[in-house]
Amino acid sequence: MKAIVSVIGRDRTGIIAKVAYKLYEMDINIEDISQTVMQDTYFTMIMMISVRDDGPAIGEINAALQSVAAELGVEIRVQHEDIFNSMHRI
Amino acid sequence: MLNCKEIIQTIRMIKDQHLDIRTITLHVSLFDCISDDPDRTALNVARKLADKAGNLKATADKIQSKYGIPIVNKRLSVSPVSLIGAASGGYRQIALAMDEVAKKVGVDFIGGYTALVQKSMTKEERDFILTIPEVLACTDRVCASVNVGSTRAGINMDAVALMGEVVKETARLTADLDSIGCAKLVVFANAVEDNPFMAGSFNGVSEGDCVVNVGISGPGVVKAALEQIRGESCDVLSETIKDTAFKITRMGELVGREAAAELGAEFGIVDLSLAPTPVRNDSVGEVLEEMGLSVVGAHGTTACLAMLNDAVKKGGTMASSHVGGLSGAFIPVSEDIGMIEAVRAGALSLEKLEAMTSVCSVGLDMIAIPGSTSAATVSAIIADEAAIGVINNKTTAVRVIPVWGKNSGDVEFGGLLGHAPIMPVGKGNADAFIARGGRIPAPIHSYKN
Repeated sequence: MKAIVSVIGRDRTGIIAKVAYKLYEMDINIEDISQTVMQDTYFTMIMMISVRDDGPAIGEINAALQSVAAELGVEIRVQHEDIFNSMHRI
Repeated sequence: MLNCKEIIQTIRMIKDQHLDIRTITLHVSLFDCISDDPDRTALNVARKLADKAGNLKATADKIQSKYGIPIVNKRLSVSPVSLIGAASGGYRQIALAMDEVAKKVGVDFIGGYTALVQKSMTKEERDFILTIPEVLACTDRVCASVNVGSTRAGINMDAVALMGEVVKETARLTADLDSIGCAKLVVFANAVEDNPFMAGSFNGVSEGDCVVNVGISGPGVVKAALEQIRGESCDVLSETIKDTAFKITRMGELVGREAAAELGAEFGIVDLSLAPTPVRNDSVGEVLEEMGLSVVGAHGTTACLAMLNDAVKKGGTMASSHVGGLSGAFIPVSEDIGMIEAVRAGALSLEKLEAMTSVCSVGLDMIAIPGSTSAATVSAIIADEAAIGVINNKTTAVRVIPVWGKNSGDVEFGGLLGHAPIMPVGKGNADAFIARGGRIPAPIHSYKN
């Protein structure tokens, strides 16, 4: 299963490191990563992750990342890739 | 491979523009519950609904968590109770069983307390209709609907006259809650059998045993898209609406199919309707104003709404294998901040709303009218709407609330039902016309002018 992790918020040090470490703890592989900083402060990071069939459910990954989100003061979402594919691909 | 821009667009739709799945509605057939004993019928209904809908809320929560898309309402809808209870006469017992199951499985509304009397009314159907006020007063979640006309059958004016009385009696019996019972009662012409939206949802007689129908939302998404193209031509406007409707509908299809598979049910349809809520940036009124109106209700509103409704259908039909329900733009006054403000400003009248219903789904919806309005005038409002639907071969409906004991000011219905200023009804009356009864014949389909 593939999912998209999105992080939106004010830029600061350690965002990628902390999110990636939490995913590593759950044995989740990061396949792709991109980030932009808009208007010098607004940070957006998108990660494509792959989760093994016997791995955690999206709800669990999301819950685990919320502690990182609170610590960093950013918004983090985890969503199955199909919602994006259904909307943007025919 | 998805690109960042697409991913951010989807997230913004959900985060800032109120994109959500408005309802996952599980439609259940009750024909195998019929017996000649009222209590046994009610027990059969309770058992079947609990069995089929036991996992509805858990399934919706699971899908919501998987895709990160809010699923606002989980609902149930059943075969017309006027048919299910005809052999036993136990309509009220069935309604109580429906209400109890709805509370137990965690759905906010259950539709299907319904009669289809567009051509004629049996004695059982008349008896059933007369139970509606009491049932709406003594249950919390049951929704009722009555179809009084169709393009094939004409308009049953005896039923129209009766429904005026029923609406008024419902208002009286729920007077202590600003006549909220009337918010759960819809009078239709050309009712559709697979509509997932309340209060008019029921599982049609030709539908399957257990079907998932999905209602999507998204006025805020359309408005945000239109903000990017200010000043462009109507061609661009229409294309932008189509493009947006396509994306919204694809998401509805994804969720509907997954919910059906999880629940072991058939996937029915996606209803494309733009359904507003009483918060800002989730309003069809605001979309119309973004199209270029200073205020909804101004001259030009009907044209804007016609284009909006048509473009939504065109975008949505390509996005889904099965589109159904009401599919268009809803214009419920109390549930739409743009409409509420336009009424308050004196820019939007009942007459203009009636004109708007001739080009969109569904009808005069969630409109508070003075408590002093007579039953015959409520019937006349219903007859006018039914005529628009029957002649133009479309669904129309009336859900008006004659607020008992109040003739002006605001009323609060709470939650998604919103709040509304009481709107004045027309002067004069149609008492003698309504008293005639009988049937308005089905219209001719040639020589259209």
